[in-house]
Formats: sequence, C-alpha cells, structure tokens
Amino acid sequence: MTSQNRPPILSLRGIRKSYGPTEVLHGFDMDVYAGEVVALLGENGAGKSTVSNVISGTILPSSGEMTWRGAPYAPANPREAIDSGIGMIHQELLLLPHLSIAENIFVGRYPMKAGRIDRKEMEERAYRGLERLGLDISAKRTVEGLSTAKQQLIEIAKALTLDAKLLILDEPTAALGGAETRLLFAQMEKLKSEGVGIIYISHRLEEIKQIADRIVVMRDGDKVEEFDTADLPVRTIVEAMVGRSMDRIFPDIPTPSDEAVLEIRDLSSALGHFSGVNFEVRKGEIFGIAGLVGAGRTELVRAIAGADPIAAGHVYLNGEDITPRRPRDAIGNGLVLVPEDRKLQGLVLSHYIQENIAYSNFESVTTSGWVSNARVKRFAGDNIEKFGIKGRGHQNADEMSGGNQQKVVLAKWLAREPRVVLLDEPTRGIDVGARSSIYELIVGLAEQGVAVIFVSSDLEEVLGVSNRILVMSNGRQADILDRHEANDVLVMELATASRARASDQGELVKPTKGAQGEWHG
Amino acid sequence: MGIFSSYLHFYAFLASKDMNVATLEAKARLRFTEFFSLRGATGPLLGLLALCVFLSFATDSFLSIRNFLNVLDQITVLGIMAVGMTFVILIAGIDLSVGSVMALSMMVLGYLNVEAGMPMGVAISGALVAAALTGFVAGLLITEFQVPPFIATLAMMSIARGLANMITNGSQIIGFPPWFNMGAIIRYGGFLTITVAVMLVVFVLAVLFQRYRAGGRVLYAIGGNPEVARLAGINVKRATVLVYTVCAGLAGLSGILLAARLDAVQPSSGIAYELDAIAAVVIGGTSLSGGTGGVGGTIIGVLIIGVLRNGLNLLSVSPFLQQVVIGLVIVLAVAVETFQHRKK
Repeated sequence: MTSQNRPPILSLRGIRKSYGPTEVLHGFDMDVYAGEVVALLGENGAGKSTVSNVISGTILPSSGEMTWRGAPYAPANPREAIDSGIGMIHQELLLLPHLSIAENIFVGRYPMKAGRIDRKEMEERAYRGLERLGLDISAKRTVEGLSTAKQQLIEIAKALTLDAKLLILDEPTAALGGAETRLLFAQMEKLKSEGVGIIYISHRLEEIKQIADRIVVMRDGDKVEEFDTADLPVRTIVEAMVGRSMDRIFPDIPTPSDEAVLEIRDLSSALGHFSGVNFEVRKGEIFGIAGLVGAGRTELVRAIAGADPIAAGHVYLNGEDITPRRPRDAIGNGLVLVPEDRKLQGLVLSHYIQENIAYSNFESVTTSGWVSNARVKRFAGDNIEKFGIKGRGHQNADEMSGGNQQKVVLAKWLAREPRVVLLDEPTRGIDVGARSSIYELIVGLAEQGVAVIFVSSDLEEVLGVSNRILVMSNGRQADILDRHEANDVLVMELATASRARASDQGELVKPTKGAQGEWHG
Repeated sequence: MGIFSSYLHFYAFLASKDMNVATLEAKARLRFTEFFSLRGATGPLLGLLALCVFLSFATDSFLSIRNFLNVLDQITVLGIMAVGMTFVILIAGIDLSVGSVMALSMMVLGYLNVEAGMPMGVAISGALVAAALTGFVAGLLITEFQVPPFIATLAMMSIARGLANMITNGSQIIGFPPWFNMGAIIRYGGFLTITVAVMLVVFVLAVLFQRYRAGGRVLYAIGGNPEVARLAGINVKRATVLVYTVCAGLAGLSGILLAARLDAVQPSSGIAYELDAIAAVVIGGTSLSGGTGGVGGTIIGVLIIGVLRNGLNLLSVSPFLQQVVIGLVIVLAVAVETFQHRKK
C-alpha cells in the first residue's frame, strides 16, 4: 500500500497484558494508517479481543505505549477513547431497542437547547450520519425490528457522529447475510476514502480478501506475521494462524473397540444453532469436536445431553432411541454433560463442594428419599480423593482455583459412572498442570470403555487427544477426520470454509487464485 | 452456607446395621442436638434471646408460662404461613398472594360448613384444596408461561381476594360447631391448644423435609442456580410448582386455624399478611436471592416478631410505633447479615 510513507495514525509498541501470573499479550506491536483496513486475525484466544479492548480503553495494558495521531495515548476508560476519536463496534450489538435511532446515537450526550433536549437537532444530525452510510431510514423510528445489518450500521453511525477517525469492528458480519455484508463493505470503502482507519476482526477468511488492505496475524498473544496485501491464498493465512507452536505433551490415547455406543442421526437444533448432524462414537473412543466460536459445537453437545431442545433427529445409545427431552432423560441413561461454563452451569458457587457433588448424585446419598449427611460427606470425600481435588468437602466452591472447580464438576458427573461423557471446553481458563491431569482423566475414561465427546477451541488439544474429529462450521457438520489424516491447517480450513454461506453471498465470494481447489483435492 | 455439613453423623445408623446400643444412643443424642442446631440463624437467635432478657426485666408479666403460651397462640397464623414462604424464597421466588389465599380458604370453609351444611372434615379438605389450587395455578404461570413470580402471585392476590368476597358478597360467616373454636381455646394438659399443636407439627415436618429429604435439598440447588440444578437432572419446573402449591396450601391451613381462633370467617381477613410472612423469613436469615437459609431461621424470625409485638403491648407502646419498630428490626437483621457476609 501507499500508506507506508506517511506516519501511522495509531501505533502500538510493546503492549503487554497480564492477569495475575498469566500473560495474555506479550509485547504486541501494530500500526494503523489513515484510510486503510487492517484485518486482525487469529484463532480463538489468540489475543485479538485483548488488543481491541486495549485500544478502545476497556482494558488497561500492563505495559507498553500507544501513539494516536502523533501524541501519546493511554485511555483510562472507553469514554476517553471515544473522545479521542476511536470507536469500537462490538460483536454483540448494544442498542436500546425501545428508543429511536436518533436517541440511540446520542444517548448520554443529547444536544441541548434551553435546558431541553433539542430533538430536531438530534434527529437531523442522526439522519446525516445515516445518510453518510447510505442508509435512508428515518432517525425517529425505533431500533426494534431493524435488521442486524442496519443495527450494525447504526452503531457505526454512532461512532461517526463522534467524529471517529479509527473504527474497530469485531466480527461485524457474524450475523449478516450476503446482501447485508455487501452493504456494510460498500460503506467501509466509503469511510476509507474519507480517511478513516479501520481495524477489522473476522473469522471469515474469504471476506478478508474483499475488504482488507493489510493483514496482521496473532497467535498466543503475539504478532506472528504481517502481510502487506490481503491477496493471499487462504492456506497461507491459515498456516500463519495455526502456526507450529511448541509441542505440548499429550498422553497416548487408546484404540477404541468397534462397538458403537452412541449414534446421532440427523440431529437438528430447535433453536436453529445446527442441523443435520450425523455421527457415531464407539466404546472407548475419544471423539473431538472442533470449530470456531458460534459454529454450534456447544449447542450440539447440549442438545445431545437434553439441555437444549431438539427439533428433529435421534440419539441412540447401544441401539436404543433415547433422544432426550430434558437433562434427566440423558442422565438416567448414563449420558452426562460437563458444561462449558463451570461457574454458571456447573456449580452453585456459594454452596459447599460436598453439596455440589450431591446435587447430581442424590441416589448415592439417600435411603428412600432421606438424605444421610454422613453419606454426603463420605461420598464427596471419596471423590475428592479419587479425582485429586485440592480442597475439602465443606469448602465453598467459590474459594477454589479454576482448575479445582473444574475437577469438582468432573467429579460430580463421573461419580455416576456414566457410559457417555460430553466434555465442553473442559480445559478453558485453567493452568497447564491441571490441563494435563484432565487429559489423563479423559484417556482413563476411554480405557474403561467410556465413550468421550470432547469439545475444545484449542485446536492442538483436540488434535492431540481425539481418535476422530468432527469439524463444525456455521451449524453444519463440515467433515469427520480420522486422527492420522487430521492436521491443524485442514481443520481450520474446514472450520472457516462455510460452504453454506458462500452460496448465499453470491458474487461476494470469488475464490481467488491459489486457494481454489488446492487443498481439498 | 453449610446446609449439609453440620448434621453429619445423623442417620449414619441407617447405613450401618451392626452398630451397638451405646453408639446408637450417642447418635440419637447427636441427632437431637443437630435438629435444634441453627446454622446461619445464630444472629437472629441471639437477638431473640436478648429481646426476651430485656422484656423480662422491663415488664412484670413477660416472663411467665402463661404469657409464653399466649405468644405461641398469637404466632400460629404467621408461623405456618412463613414456613411456606420460606420454601418459596429459598428457590428465589416470592409469594404475594398468601394473605388473600388465606381469606379464600376461610370463606370456602365457612361456605361448605355453615351455608352448605357439610361436615367439618369435608369443609376443611375443601378449603385446603381451594388454597392449594391457587398456588398450583401460580406455579404453572411461573414455570410454563414464564410470568415473573412477583407478577403471577400479585395477580393471584387480587383473584383470590375477589373470589373470597364473591362467596358471601363481602359479609362474614358465623356458626361453626362449638368444638372448632374450643380447639383454639382449650389448653390440653394445661399446655397446648390444638392450633398451636398443628403449628408445631408443621414446624417439625418442614424442618425434617428441608434438612433430610432429597426434595428439600433440591430447593437449595434451585435457589443457588436453577441452570445448574436443571443440568443436574433436577426437575426444576415440578419442584417450583410444588413449592407454590405447598405455600398456598399452608396459607389455607393458617386460614383454618384463624377461623378456629375467631370462630368466624370474613373475606377481609389477612390483608398484608404476606408482608409479615416475608419479614419473618428475612429476619430469620433466608436470603431473598435464594439458596441460603431455612425453616429453622424462619421459626426464630416468627418468634422475634411475636415476642416483639407481645412485649411492646405489655409496655403499652402504640400499635403505630410497633410498626416502626418492626421495620427497624427488619433493617437491622438484614444489615447484620450483610455485614457478616462482607467480613467473610
């Protein structure tokens, strides 16, 4: 690009961020020039959100410097970032549905005249903002009922009325269809020509070619690659994203038997999160599920466990139809779910560990409905020992470390000696030591003949621990790969391919040289 | 917090059959002390004792068996109602309808027995069923139609009051059989009226249920985090409907006891009683956000309100000032609990 001769409007130098002993950003550098779109790419958890939150003043960096239009820049809060002319549009929309568009745009800073809100002025300025983005709708109308794309554009209009010179867009197309995406891109081009710099975060690699001028790739809190053009084969980008980080040590995984335990047939979510999923899991098999955030992985395992409603399809256990309608149905058949969010779904944080374990094991601590406190304590004690939990039965769950909390959730379910275990992100947010003990546990279960389904956003982990891997993309089953044929690049390609979307985006997605057909063949 | 833990060893003898007599006795003793242990309600208990000590010195008549029995007689209605309210608040709900439901139960009782001439057994059953039904409907509204408990029971408060008035077009009913009123007056063995005995039975059953039945433990899980409870295979909807049904049924029972005490029923009974019940539960240390507390604390809360009213009457404090004092006690109870919590 031409921009390299001019000074950048925003530069980041040596930005670090730590939470306690864990550093999530290790000295990140980045420049943004006026009138360009920089794509910020990386896997889940690579640090993209941390970077954008640092720029937008939501997170304070631990160290490092930023320069904004030639002057030192260190926003203490989002307000300061906005006042400096940096606008962030979040992935989830933050509009007030019952207020008008104009009110949403000017909320908290209404133009005043003689002590009253100057509605006319407000609506006029809002309308000018909308017009600038090519939106011809009345600023008086309420936000409720507008399409997601229009709401997204209203967020952008809001940033523009603040005279933003830099916009950060976090997955703006996640909820958009083809036509809406085109509309958004056309407006982004227009903003570029007006000299606005844009940082664009997306998982849709095919879009990046359309809109970005440069690409910055992050991995594990570092910048690993910077491309001065977006005209690259998808594979090159994916390889940079996935990288070859230090080999982690995974345990040897056992060979499953041929006997299928769990069979999923044409399963579709009643909430529209996924459809047409088919697979079977064998006795003693570790079955990984990979995909991007929002691909429908969590929703799939929740549906199998009866936690979310199923619209169509069946779940068979040893050939018997057990399609669950509520969690109890699945649990009764020996199928348990260790949910994604241990704090909100796994534990009652303000209660004792022994109570938490008892909540899913009442049969083991009661005699004809009468609870024996001695048995509650003994049962918890046995499982605390068995699963190596550092803590005592009469300790509140919220007094424990994340890794230990996760072990309590595992204990509460594995104590039932289930036949099928669904683990949703069991290693999220826990340290390396606790991680490897969870891998050992998974392998131990498989050795006992339990069928294990293992969802993770950590690609290396899925590849390291699974016998087979189901890759999901946009609520569809992209493919099922065998352990020896799976690799990180292939999985990421499948996960980002989203063939279903490609068709509805029409001419937007033009497979460019290089990427086309090269890999799938 | 330790709902389970302090009652350990309890019921252990159920599990081991070869236990000798000595340990059995020891267990029985433990069981006895545990039953009366008041985890989380020690603050309110100390408050109650302090109140009793103060009133013993401040008045001549407070410290006597006779006055104590009076207090028990006076708290029967509130006590039974507050037990049901405890279960509702334990699952992070609220029931504003109990006062009206109580009036409905009383009017159904009067109608069936006096107007329709049915035997008392039938009339009492009918009244209890009518009351429980209102709770069942409120429970269904909350679970199946996602109506917030506040709104569902607010609506039921209005509906039940209206129905109670419709039965006699607003007038009272008298003419119950003489033994009915005697049950609230005669002190059997010089000690217990039937009404107080009913209340004590409700207390004991409620404490046993809440502490030692799986169904009672489940309420803590639901109040602590309903999603965790649901994923643990607990039938949250059914438990919720049952809790509202039982709460309304107990409100109905308290109506029958009030009818016995007054020897008459009228549809304007029980106005604002729901607020007294909520106050007793809160004073007893059950959190309005659910998941902690219990019937043990509520019994203390009911006693505090009963003793306070009784003592203030003995001190000839005006009823208006009494209301102010009870308000202050609620604030004090919650403030102490919050303070303790923060210190931890």
